[in-house]
Amino acid sequence: MPEREAVAAKPEPPARRRFLTRLGAAAAGGLSLLAPLWSGLMVVFDPLLRRRSGGDPGMVLVTKLAALPGDGVPRKFRVMADRVDAWNTRPRVPVGAVYLRRSGNLVSALNVLCPHAGCFVNLTQDRSRFVCPCHNSSFDLSGVVNDPSSPSPRSLDTLEVEVRNGDEVWIRFRNFRPGRPEKTPIA
Amino acid sequence: MKGAPAETKSRRVDDSPKTGGEAPLAPGATSIFAWLDDRTGYRRILSRVLAEPVPGGARWRYVWGSALTFALGVQFLTGLFLWAAYSPNAQGAWESVYYIENVMAGGWMLRGVHHYMAQATMVLLVIHLVQVIVDGAYRAPREVNFWLGIILLHIVMGLSLTGYLLPWDQEGYWATKVATSIASITPVVGPALQQLLVGGPDYGHFTLTRFFALHAGVLPTALVLVVVAHIFLFRRHGVTAKKPEERADGVFWPDQVLRDAVACLAVMAAVLFFVIRTGGASLGAPADPSEPYAAARPEWYFMFLFQWLKYFPSGTEVLGAIIIPALVVTLAALMPLATRWRLGHRFNLALTAGVLAGVGALTWQAYAQDRANDDFILAKRDADAVAARVVELARAPEGIPPSGARALLRTDPLTQGPRVFAERCASCHAFDGHDGLGGERAEPQTAADLKRFGSREWIEGLLDPTRVATPEYFGGTDFANGRMVRMVQRRIAGFDRAQMEELGKVIKALSAQADLSYQGTMDQADRVEIAEGTALIASESMGCTQCHEFQGEVEEHRGPVLTGYGSREWLLEFIGNPAHPSFYGSRNDRMPQFGTEEIMSPEEIELLADWLREDWYRSEDG
Repeated sequence: MPEREAVAAKPEPPARRRFLTRLGAAAAGGLSLLAPLWSGLMVVFDPLLRRRSGGDPGMVLVTKLAALPGDGVPRKFRVMADRVDAWNTRPRVPVGAVYLRRSGNLVSALNVLCPHAGCFVNLTQDRSRFVCPCHNSSFDLSGVVNDPSSPSPRSLDTLEVEVRNGDEVWIRFRNFRPGRPEKTPIA
Repeated sequence: MKGAPAETKSRRVDDSPKTGGEAPLAPGATSIFAWLDDRTGYRRILSRVLAEPVPGGARWRYVWGSALTFALGVQFLTGLFLWAAYSPNAQGAWESVYYIENVMAGGWMLRGVHHYMAQATMVLLVIHLVQVIVDGAYRAPREVNFWLGIILLHIVMGLSLTGYLLPWDQEGYWATKVATSIASITPVVGPALQQLLVGGPDYGHFTLTRFFALHAGVLPTALVLVVVAHIFLFRRHGVTAKKPEERADGVFWPDQVLRDAVACLAVMAAVLFFVIRTGGASLGAPADPSEPYAAARPEWYFMFLFQWLKYFPSGTEVLGAIIIPALVVTLAALMPLATRWRLGHRFNLALTAGVLAGVGALTWQAYAQDRANDDFILAKRDADAVAARVVELARAPEGIPPSGARALLRTDPLTQGPRVFAERCASCHAFDGHDGLGGERAEPQTAADLKRFGSREWIEGLLDPTRVATPEYFGGTDFANGRMVRMVQRRIAGFDRAQMEELGKVIKALSAQADLSYQGTMDQADRVEIAEGTALIASESMGCTQCHEFQGEVEEHRGPVLTGYGSREWLLEFIGNPAHPSFYGSRNDRMPQFGTEEIMSPEEIELLADWLREDWYRSEDG
């Protein structure tokens, strides 16, 4: 086109000025994108930036001791607790489940989530062990990995249990990061 | 179609740039197009796109890339339509998908096409990729395009993974949980990556908003950019022709386009075949973090990865989930460079064949293991039943509450009753011989079988001298040698014909006390006999009221009250406290006081009672 040829025919501006022009263009362009990008990334990274209040979920009442025969056979119980999900707070909804086991007066609690990839483990029909229905990890009744070919990096996660007022079973319910040998609570 | 070359010609005639003055707007379409062409030059672009020469002529073997582009286009189109009806939040995602699937006209087909075309896309991608490798089309100068193809494969996998969660049903929820858990074992960035994907410490609203943003925004944008670049580079280098010297050259439009279009039609036909044969994409029960789902499996084309993870024992998961897959992808990306080595192409072919064979074997193994796994089959069957049930409940006149469809299931006796029974009752009682859920019972049966408790058949068995002391009734309990058993085995065993006739009326009358909905018509029809039977129960001659209270009459309270026997009220009180004086009192065997001792919540007891009485919502059409 004729105009473009006319521009090309004019003398070149000095190199320093050309450099400043380029720098200016890049700076102006970059600056104009700063606010939308920065605020957008903050929103994306919000889950990592957010400080969780405390991180201790507190104890919740799961069941009465009467519901737990002292025969050493684990029984599954739903855990009800208040749950905050973004803009909703839901009072007393199921947040997970535990296997409780009572031998004599000793009550122990295991989170039902498999530490491998987070599926619910099942008690086998003959009640001799736990098996994960996803990748076949196997655990004994106390939650310890009992098969060397199990993909689970650690034993089932134990939870703190307290028997209050003589017959109430309270636990500190939390989930732990799957796939790692160490037990890290998810805040 | 035949107009195209003519148009190309006309373009060449007025190709010269017009200078000065408006092009006169003559009436008729041709002149409008001419004007548009003058202002945009679109004909030149179009002809460049369409007049692409095909060395050696059009061939069927060149259709795969176009078929893949078509499949992606269909996903884009159906995705936009689905978007217009979908709501990404934890209380509305399943519900909106249910609405698309079951209520909106054409929704099932739209979702079905999106679902099966996603699978077709994956198949076409693999075919395309394998063809490129086999034909050596990845060699210089087409390396970059090959890499774009590898990137494309990953974008499509990402779309598949994110899309699987969006219906927020049990299957997608639990399978995706496994996937994000695996993401968290990525060295260094794993935990942060997982939190960013999930949008917080646990699955919830933000998991859906994020997955949806990825599925409908980020990944499609990336996809379009990569596909455009891919096609641009393809056009730059041209097709990798197969024996171009054998035949005369062809033109993309319409020679190759015809073949491509037929291939697209075939792909669409195949997809529609599956949509119609299966009735569209399935939708499981709404996601529930407290409801285990033992049948969670990824999409079939990810099953090989699922199976693969089983072979990596503790401590080696990173190797199986991250390192080896990353190595395979890296090797694939290096394929174009490997051709510099004399045996490179052969090595690449062997690698491709090896990976495909491995994937095939793992997939087969995964399905074979599931087919042989009774627990899995049971879980799958149960999941299907629950999924069908929740749709029935959602269709009820009450509809879905604002808190979501999960509440419908949690208050449904038909699906929850068996769970409560299996959990709380099945250690002693049986239900039709099983544990309520259809599974085998673990312990010996030491209390009555409660299938149709209170019905005529059930009471008939109880009053049958040959059955009362079997484990079906009192055989396994402390009452095996009690008064009731003795009474049945001695007195009733000696009944004459007239007494047996009376007993028949007593059975009907006692069962009518339960007011069972499934016996409603029978009770209505037999009301005369029932009235006679009711009088007999209260009479001294039958002797019931020697131990049982009935309509206020009782000699010495020893057994459960018979007024309202088996009714909802009666059952709730009985399960709540069987040791109450109006039931077994201090003679109560081992049955826990589920209500009084707060072993079960009142809601659980209601679910159980309603389930035993078969009182649950039934839709009009059964």
